[in-house]
Amino acid sequence: MSDAAHAHDDHGHHAHPTGIMRWLTTTNHKDIGSMYLWFALIMLFAAGSMALLIRAELFQPGMQLTHPDFFNQLTTMHGLIMIFGVIMPAFSGFANWQVPLMLGAPDMAFPRMNNWAFWILPVAGLLLMSSFLLPGGAVAGGWTMYPPLFIQGGISYDLTILAVHIMGLSSIMGSINIITTILNMRAPGLTLMKMPLFVWTWLITAYLLIATMPVLAGAVTMLLTDRNFGTHFFNAAGGGDPVMFQHIFWFFAHPEVYILILPAFGIVSQIIPTFARKPLFGYASMVYATASIAILSFIVWAHHMFTVGMPAAAQLFFMFSTMLIAVPTGVKVFNWVATMWKGSMTFETPMLFAIAFVCLFTIGGFSGLVLAIAPVDIQLHDTYYVVAHFHYVLVSGALFSIFAGIYYWLPKWTGHMYDETLGKWHFWLSVIGMNIVFFPMHFLGLAGMPRRIPDYALQFTEFNQIATVGAFIFGFSQLIFLWVVLKAIRGGEKATSKVWEGAEGLEWTVPSPAPYHTFETAPVVK
Amino acid sequence: MSLAQTDKYYLPQPSIWPIVGSVALLLMAVGGTMTMREIDGGLWILLAGLAIMFYMMFGWFGEVIRDSEAGRFNKQVDGSYRWSMSWFIFSEVMFFAAFFGALFYTRVLSVPWLAEGDTMQQLWPAFQATWPTAGPGLTADGFQFTPMGAWGIPAINTLLLLSSGVTITWAHWGLKKDKRGQLILGLAMTVALGLVFLGLQIYEYIHAYEELGLTLGAGVYGATFFMLTGFHGFHVLVGTTMLVVMLGRSIAGHFTAEHHFAFEAVSWYWHFVDVVWVILFVLVYWLI
Repeated sequence: MSDAAHAHDDHGHHAHPTGIMRWLTTTNHKDIGSMYLWFALIMLFAAGSMALLIRAELFQPGMQLTHPDFFNQLTTMHGLIMIFGVIMPAFSGFANWQVPLMLGAPDMAFPRMNNWAFWILPVAGLLLMSSFLLPGGAVAGGWTMYPPLFIQGGISYDLTILAVHIMGLSSIMGSINIITTILNMRAPGLTLMKMPLFVWTWLITAYLLIATMPVLAGAVTMLLTDRNFGTHFFNAAGGGDPVMFQHIFWFFAHPEVYILILPAFGIVSQIIPTFARKPLFGYASMVYATASIAILSFIVWAHHMFTVGMPAAAQLFFMFSTMLIAVPTGVKVFNWVATMWKGSMTFETPMLFAIAFVCLFTIGGFSGLVLAIAPVDIQLHDTYYVVAHFHYVLVSGALFSIFAGIYYWLPKWTGHMYDETLGKWHFWLSVIGMNIVFFPMHFLGLAGMPRRIPDYALQFTEFNQIATVGAFIFGFSQLIFLWVVLKAIRGGEKATSKVWEGAEGLEWTVPSPAPYHTFETAPVVK
Repeated sequence: MSLAQTDKYYLPQPSIWPIVGSVALLLMAVGGTMTMREIDGGLWILLAGLAIMFYMMFGWFGEVIRDSEAGRFNKQVDGSYRWSMSWFIFSEVMFFAAFFGALFYTRVLSVPWLAEGDTMQQLWPAFQATWPTAGPGLTADGFQFTPMGAWGIPAINTLLLLSSGVTITWAHWGLKKDKRGQLILGLAMTVALGLVFLGLQIYEYIHAYEELGLTLGAGVYGATFFMLTGFHGFHVLVGTTMLVVMLGRSIAGHFTAEHHFAFEAVSWYWHFVDVVWVILFVLVYWLI
């Protein structure tokens, strides 16, 4: 397109904006990736502080620090922000930085829409966080937003519904961008089955997001009209049913669970081969397992609802379909272990986090299997066992993979090696702290302690105290992480292009730090 | 080094429009919430947000149209647009699926459940599970309404939309054969059919509210009826607006026989809206 080249010459003389305007108007995938990651980190500290307040309140029975309604606001906002404001934006940040680099593409397919997908997130964050200051406080109905409770709240409930709409819009735009980039902008010769596994997992994640985010939008729209416009979707007097919300919500939210973990699988599948110095074992089976998990995720939603009352046949169906997911997940875990088998392994911080991921995520997976058993779930539903389960998959799963990925690619992004000693301190304090917080919660749940309560019976005291101590160790060790990142940005040992001895892939062929524009001429992959 | 252009792919310069759109969304959300909670001034904030949003769309889409007409989009960019439009329509399908799912759930499950079992016998002993219904509580309180019949305006609307699917395809044939007259006439007819559809839909809503007692608050029937037809109508409005833009661009001499994905995207969208209507007509209007 010689026309295009000429047209560009008139275009190319614009000065690039500087200062704040650079970040507000940027169309560069690296800038946008960094903004996603910083947003996620700020939100991590915000929602993490809420968690510490929750744990401080639960240090002993009786009411210490918070009013019960404020406690409910904390648990609700902690969940909403950690999911929509931390894990998802962090993975989007990785996708923005890494997908074009791994595909040999000059940028994302739609750089302007990419900017917008990021810059509406702070809008949603503002709507959510500001509701703490409004009359009635923030939402206190749980992150699952169940009616009728969610229909009865004040102004912050409306703001939260609109914030969820905006975050969904962001996810849909981001996902369309990522899918299009992957399907249409791969370097010549880079066929689908040659793509790095991180790209594969994001392709499937983006599909899940586009399929389910609109369903969530529909569900919260019904909440909004039930609240403000007199509809009766969730009101039995009008022929509706509050349980219907749960069906629609979990049709979104179970695939959402995999949205929160598939990119983690991708990151870990990049890191383990690098530090085991062996190619990933069973690449094709990894791809098929990821796709199977995604497809199965659409037919398991009612395992979140065993206690609402449903026919035995439905309980059996959802129980067995849920257990079926253990098969492709098991394939993945065994493949990671087989990749390490007889590898020439070293244990830098990314690898430590990746190995911790494999071990601890598997614990979360097993407790998930326990919860999938309908008769057991009826006992454990809404107890601390569930809290233990999903924190094992989300903290030692999703969050640890994010740490692993940051340590792994930080030298490529900043051009400096991070401080390995501090990285190891961060790892060990996190992994020990995390287990101290969440492992006792299994026992609390089995003993019958319900979740989402600010007070509890005396016999639960010891385990709660242990968990609170662990929470403060875990929480404050994240300051080490912040320090390591800032230190690597400001300076340190220069990183080579390849950074890691065993690293493979296109992103390691560009200099460190990666130049502002990379792969302006597409590389050829053999 | 070239700033942002490769010989292979078009990369846009930094753009002010996304952040303008974010400001608009913030104002719309705050203003919308204030309006719903009946706080003074909310409506003005909402309108300001909408105005900024339209300003953003004019600016952003105008930039894309100028880039396209300057020949900056090559085959590969075209491929990206095709993928993205397909996935966008898929997301719309899933949005409507949520509301059709609600319709299915209430008709097949929740309404029959409300007429059986001991609890229901205590609460609403007289309730019969029929469709359409305003639900047991509203019916017991004496709420009455007449459901919307299928064979008046809705049947005419079905004909209108199906015909518009034909006219837009005819316009597309004209574009591909470089018959600009056929293109413009076909588009104009499609726009006209869309507008008549919207007019009849508005008339039907007024009829429902003023003569049938059928409102958004008429139980699950009213809720699903108005939310499904309302969101569909909104999509017809958006589709018609896009068609008007295509008509204007066609008159201005945009598009070539080979290079006209904007037109195709709008026609994909229009056909999607068509299909949703047919399902709506059968499940919401006809089978009651």
